Formats: sequence, structure tokens, C-alpha cells
Amino acid sequence: MPTLDLILEVILLTVKVAVLTQIIFALPMPLTWLERKIAGHIQVRLGPWRVGPHGILQPFADAIKLLFKEDIVPDKADKILFKIAPLIAMVPAFAVFAAIPLGDTFKIPVIGAEVKLYLSDMNVGALYILAIGGLSVYGMILGGWASNSKYALLGGLRCSAQMISYEIAVSFAVIGVVMLSNSLNLLEIVKSQGGSFLSWNFLYLPVGPVWFAIFLIGSVAEINRIPFDLSEDEGTLSSGYHTEYSGMRFSFFMLAEYVAMVTVSILSVIFFFGGWNAPFAFLSFIPPIAWFMGKVCFFIYFFMWVRFTLPRYRYDQLMKIGWKILIPLSLVNILITGLMLI
Amino acid sequence: MFEQFFFYIFATVAIVSAICVISVRNPVHSAVFLIVCLLQVAAIFVLLRSPFLAAAQVFIYVGAVMVLFLFAVMVLDMGKAHWKEHLHGQSAPAAVLAGILFILLGYMALKGRMTAPLGTYNEAALVKNTEVVGRALFTKYIFPFEVVSVILLLALVGAIALVMREKRP
Repeated sequence: MPTLDLILEVILLTVKVAVLTQIIFALPMPLTWLERKIAGHIQVRLGPWRVGPHGILQPFADAIKLLFKEDIVPDKADKILFKIAPLIAMVPAFAVFAAIPLGDTFKIPVIGAEVKLYLSDMNVGALYILAIGGLSVYGMILGGWASNSKYALLGGLRCSAQMISYEIAVSFAVIGVVMLSNSLNLLEIVKSQGGSFLSWNFLYLPVGPVWFAIFLIGSVAEINRIPFDLSEDEGTLSSGYHTEYSGMRFSFFMLAEYVAMVTVSILSVIFFFGGWNAPFAFLSFIPPIAWFMGKVCFFIYFFMWVRFTLPRYRYDQLMKIGWKILIPLSLVNILITGLMLI
Repeated sequence: MFEQFFFYIFATVAIVSAICVISVRNPVHSAVFLIVCLLQVAAIFVLLRSPFLAAAQVFIYVGAVMVLFLFAVMVLDMGKAHWKEHLHGQSAPAAVLAGILFILLGYMALKGRMTAPLGTYNEAALVKNTEVVGRALFTKYIFPFEVVSVILLLALVGAIALVMREKRP
């Protein structure tokens, strides 16, 4: 028979999952506004301005527009795969958060009860995130194929080739982090970087910054953002794998992309920038969750900044960077890291 | 109780999707069913308390190998007209070979020769699943592990050699 404790635990977990899912679902709305606003300011224009003050209600207008748009399924499309592809893209983006901690524990001020800020304390967390995060690409490949259109198919193909090339580099970077922190568990990885900013993995000289660079470049390629967004290259493929999608199905792809960006920001912080640890010991009176959110926000801003500053690579350059630079570099780096740890 | 219930769900889905892999006409659909099948196997690994193997299964097979499969299928067969079987009279030997393999595997499984015991580990040691697997691979089973690596390397070299030969006139 299940005991009372177990039932309470399950209820708490369900509530946590529900709250987290709601937050992640809502997150792309402010992010799209932010992205357009930042884009605007970088390109010396105003960005969204008309709906609400400073265009802050623009995401709601966009959401309403997307909801009421006609859901078009091309006549020659593979109907079933076309319809489920956006969901295949979206579900892994959410499932990844089962292993991502947002903090250690949080004390609710009035009741005094402690709530764990993570869903599961998985001891293969890093591997789980890599594995599940990689599944999103199926949504894009299958969506591109099922549309039965040249542009979409080419987008899907580019997506799969790009994914294979850069997943290796990213996994090597994570292996590097695992070597430095001596654990696959994300909580342990953060704990190993406690103290001051000198113990962050990023500053484990000389290999830390190299691992971070590999992770960052590989991740940007994996989440299909400029300068690596070859799979939806609007200059040559109209809009790549989601050319034929409209309305809500299209917005599911966008949702998955934004959630992936948040995930990569969170992972950069956890793997290389000490998670929720304060950079100096005397600053630890500021709650850890604030440090965590601050660092994550910086990375989200960083990705948007990169998007509107860099031009897109050519496809051959993309492959060259993946296979001829990142992978050999990470192999050498693994050797150096291993030698340093002996 | 719960575990058995879930095991039957995963096992049923795995078998049904495995049958679908070989029975549907469209190669892309086959690949999708294979992905479903591999995911179920990963779920069974979780039930067997080896989260590391489950994650590795999803990561390597579902995440990398199947992406390559899909890529190849999509590049090779763009037009639907070509989706007809080309067996070239290989079906009879294939059936015989499959039958022999099936009997061999069944015999081994029934005799209990398919297991490679890790030694005795209690629940607490199994929590450190990754370490247990790693240590077993690099100490006790180092020879088979190296042999498998060499075979994989040979396959890789072979694949590249096949492609190279086509290029030279």
C-alpha cells in the first residue's frame, strides 16, 4: 500500500510539473517581445511599438493571430506525420526540464517549508539532457519531409546533418565538464563549483574556456540559431523545414526553439558558470535563485545579441567548423583535461 | 506489480512497432517505428534500474543513429515511385538465416548464456550505475570491449573505402 508520505510526494511532484510547464509555456511570449525589441535597438529602430506601451502587448496580439489563423495541411503532405511533427519538436524541449535543477532548495518565507527546486535528482542528468534534447530534431526532420515540398525537405536534411555534426562536439564538451566536476549529476556539478568564481568550470585554466567555447558554438548550432540557422535559411529556403506550416502548428516549432534557447542558457550557467553559486563569498546573502536567474538572463540576452550581429555561415563552412575544428579540438582538450586531472 | 504493468506496456509497444518497421511500405515510416521501438527498449532499461544504459540508448541509437538513417532514407529515395521492394531473390536465404539466428538466440536465452553477470551489487551500489558499468567495462570486460571497438573501426574504414572506390575512375 502507498503510504501518506508517498502520496504527498506524488502530489507535490505533480504540482511542480504543472507549474514548471506553465512557466515554460508562457516564457516564449516575453522572449519574442524581448528579441524583437533588442533586434530593433541593435539595428537602430524602435521594434514593436504600437500595441500597448513600448509594444509590450505585441506577444498577445501575435498569439491571438496565430490561434485564429487557418491550419493549412498541404494536399500532398504525409498527413499524420505533418500533424504530429510540431509536437515531436515540442515535447523533448519540455521533457528536458525533468533533469534541470533551478536551484537547490527554497524556503517559503511564511510557512517555513522547504521546497526542492528540481524535479528529479537524476544521477545521469547530463546524459539524459543530451539524449532527450537531441530528440527535438526529429520534429524538424519529419516536419520537413512530411510537408512534401522542396524547401521544407532541404531544410529537414540540413537540420539532420547539422545535428549529427554538432552533437558530437557538444557531447565532448559535456564530457569535459563531467571530468572536471567528477559527476553526471547536475546538482553535484553545481556543488563542485561552489565558493568563489575562481572554482567555476569556466575558469579551470587552460581547458575551461575552450570547453565553454565548444559548448557554446555547438549549442547555437543545435538550436538552429544564427549564425547556424541553415535549416531555415530564409534567403535560400524561404523558411526551411516549417515553410508549409501555419497557425498553431508553426507556433509550436517557434515555442520549441525558444524553450531550447532557454535550456541552453541554463545549461551554460550550470556547466560553466557555477549555477546558483555567488561569484564572491561575501555576496552570498543574495538568494541563489537570483544569481541563477541573472546569469540565465545574461545568456538569453547574449544569444539574441549574437543573432542580430553575426551573418549566417555557408553550409560548407558549417560542416568545416563542426568536423575539422570543433571535433579535433575537443579530442585534444579531453587529453589535456585528463592529464591535468591525474 | 507496477513494474510488471509498465514492462508489459513497453514490451507490447516495442514488439508492435518492431513488426510495423518491417511491414509498412514507406521507409520513412519504418524509421519512425524503429525510433518508437528503440525508445521502448530504453524505457525497459529504466525499469531494470540501469538509467545509464537507458540514456545511452536514447542518446546513441535514437539521437544519432536514427537521424543518420532518416538522412540516408530521405536522400536516397526522394521520389515515391521508387518505394518498391528490391529483394533480388534474397528472401529465401534471408528467411533461413533469420530462422537460424532466432533459434540460436532462443537456445542461448533459455540456457541462460545471454547474461554477463556484473557480480553482486546491492541497491545502493546500483545508484552509482555509471561507475559500475564503467568499471566493469574497463576491467573485467576490457578484452571484448576492445575487440568491439576494433570491429567498429574496421566497419568505418570499410565504409569509407567503398565510397572512395566509386570516385576514382
